[in-house]
Amino acid sequence: MSMLTLKRGATADDLTPRGPRESLISRGAAMLIMGVFTLYFLTPIWWLFIASTKDRGDLLTTAPLWFADWNLFENIHDLVTYDGGIYLRWILNSIGYAGLGALLATVFAGMCGYALAKYTFPGRELFFNVVLGGVLVPATALALPLFLLFSQVNLTNTFWAVLLPSIVSPFGVYLTRIFASASVPDELIEAGRLDGAGEVRTFFTISVRLMTPALITVFLFQFVTIWNNFFLPLIMLRSQELFPITYGLFAWNTQLNQIPELRTYVLVGSFLSIIPLIIAFLMLQRFWQSGLGNGSVK
Amino acid sequence: MTATQLLVTETGGKRKTAPRERRFTPHKGAIAFFAAPFGVLFLLFYLIPIGYAIYQSLLVVERDGTYGEPQQVFGGLAQYANVFSNAPFWESVGRVLLFGVVQVPVMLGLALLFALLLDSPVLKGKKFFRLAFFAPYAVPGVIAAIMWGFLYSPNLSPFTDVTRTIDFLSPEFVLWSIANVVTWVFVGYNMLIIYSALLAIPAEVYEAARLDGAGQIRIAWSIKIPMVAPALVLTTVFSIIGTFQLLAEPQVFRSFSAAVSSTFTPNMTIYATNSIPNTNLAAAFSVVLALATFVLSFTFLKISQRKAEQ
Repeated sequence: MSMLTLKRGATADDLTPRGPRESLISRGAAMLIMGVFTLYFLTPIWWLFIASTKDRGDLLTTAPLWFADWNLFENIHDLVTYDGGIYLRWILNSIGYAGLGALLATVFAGMCGYALAKYTFPGRELFFNVVLGGVLVPATALALPLFLLFSQVNLTNTFWAVLLPSIVSPFGVYLTRIFASASVPDELIEAGRLDGAGEVRTFFTISVRLMTPALITVFLFQFVTIWNNFFLPLIMLRSQELFPITYGLFAWNTQLNQIPELRTYVLVGSFLSIIPLIIAFLMLQRFWQSGLGNGSVK
Repeated sequence: MTATQLLVTETGGKRKTAPRERRFTPHKGAIAFFAAPFGVLFLLFYLIPIGYAIYQSLLVVERDGTYGEPQQVFGGLAQYANVFSNAPFWESVGRVLLFGVVQVPVMLGLALLFALLLDSPVLKGKKFFRLAFFAPYAVPGVIAAIMWGFLYSPNLSPFTDVTRTIDFLSPEFVLWSIANVVTWVFVGYNMLIIYSALLAIPAEVYEAARLDGAGQIRIAWSIKIPMVAPALVLTTVFSIIGTFQLLAEPQVFRSFSAAVSSTFTPNMTIYATNSIPNTNLAAAFSVVLALATFVLSFTFLKISQRKAEQ
């Protein structure tokens, strides 16, 4: 085998873990690759953290990847008080858009996916195929037509302009349909019927529990999508009181030349805004990890 | 991720059609209760906007004389003629195509490599690497672009020796600097999708290979990669869609680099055209772009399905 692979122009890695020496080489190579890329992935975040702890002078004059005078809390104080505390407002807006939007999107997509999986009705496949087409039509392609429509009904520059389009997740319907077919047994629904529970009650008391992993995935996916969405707020919103955090920081970043002190706020603000998401990922990791485990059971 | 897993299996696997019972539709009320909310929202915020964009793209603005009231009248395919003769738009399309042809294979190649390493017995500390590589996905595109914009800037960068020799924000490099930002954010996400597909391969599959004395690389090449092909198709389709929709990163880079024009990507062209304002032409751009994205991802799906069947 070793000879064969060597002839094919393979590397030392090919001398697979048989002898301790080869094993050491492949282990070393694997660790080296992963180590180098760990630096690639984490250095920018580390730099942002370090930059957030410095005052304006130190930012330009001290070692970029290590601490100077600790100014993080002063920076945060300045950030949250700047312009009447608009930064906190943006954070709350983002939580509102993404939290509420993802929650509603998950409920609607879950119900619809369940209906498509567990009931037969005329036009079901057509309905599903149209929704599937919707997965391939990206949300940004819809931003402009939504803007044109919303300006007809005077809904631009409102909270609703960003929230309403966010509660539609064709991808969620697709996922929950597949998941419900695989994980909610028909027998269980039948048993619910025999016990006299209505369809809706069966769904909310039994099926939802079985669909939880899929629903959490849809929620996370939609939450991140809305949180990161940029075109929709960019095109819909004019008043900065309505901005989500990403658009707010973008707006500050474009004014750096006129207002230099904004640089610190952009950096500290960016750093603070990614902490909740990273924490959420770490906390929810047990869900996607158990999900990974479930996935391996055929 | 179970759902992702199922999705992966579904895309490439054989479609399972359960034997359907033909009968009068029972539970009509329940079906309506479950499906109607999404159906109505999908109609309102997907189908109607698409229809409205098509309608708007068929209109042109006419004035009575030079100073007359502007009026929208039916213009046939006049806006589409404008789209096709609009050089900046096609330049932006060419730019994202070039971007996609380079960035998508690099990103997915790395994602596949990391997923295979995570799945191989030679790596220690998998949990740490998985989290470290996935962490950038928590950073929104706008913020990632702001951060990298500073990192690329000659005076602020921690890597001044590098940034003073190579100007990452120059016209020659800026597209690839943006590609790096997109790669940085999305490698870990794609890695997880591929990795979850790898975890789903039953252990028995490897047994025969191991008896034959196949090593890790051989197993990866001949067994693992073919078995995660559906996941690769899925991530490719999402990456194609993402590439055509590039907006936040280049828009942010306009503050850092004069090399990024207001029509750098198709979506930026749409935004700029709408702000002029020329809503009808912007609508036509939107329709063309949505159609192009759709056709490209659909074609890719079909081609890879045909390959899988062979």
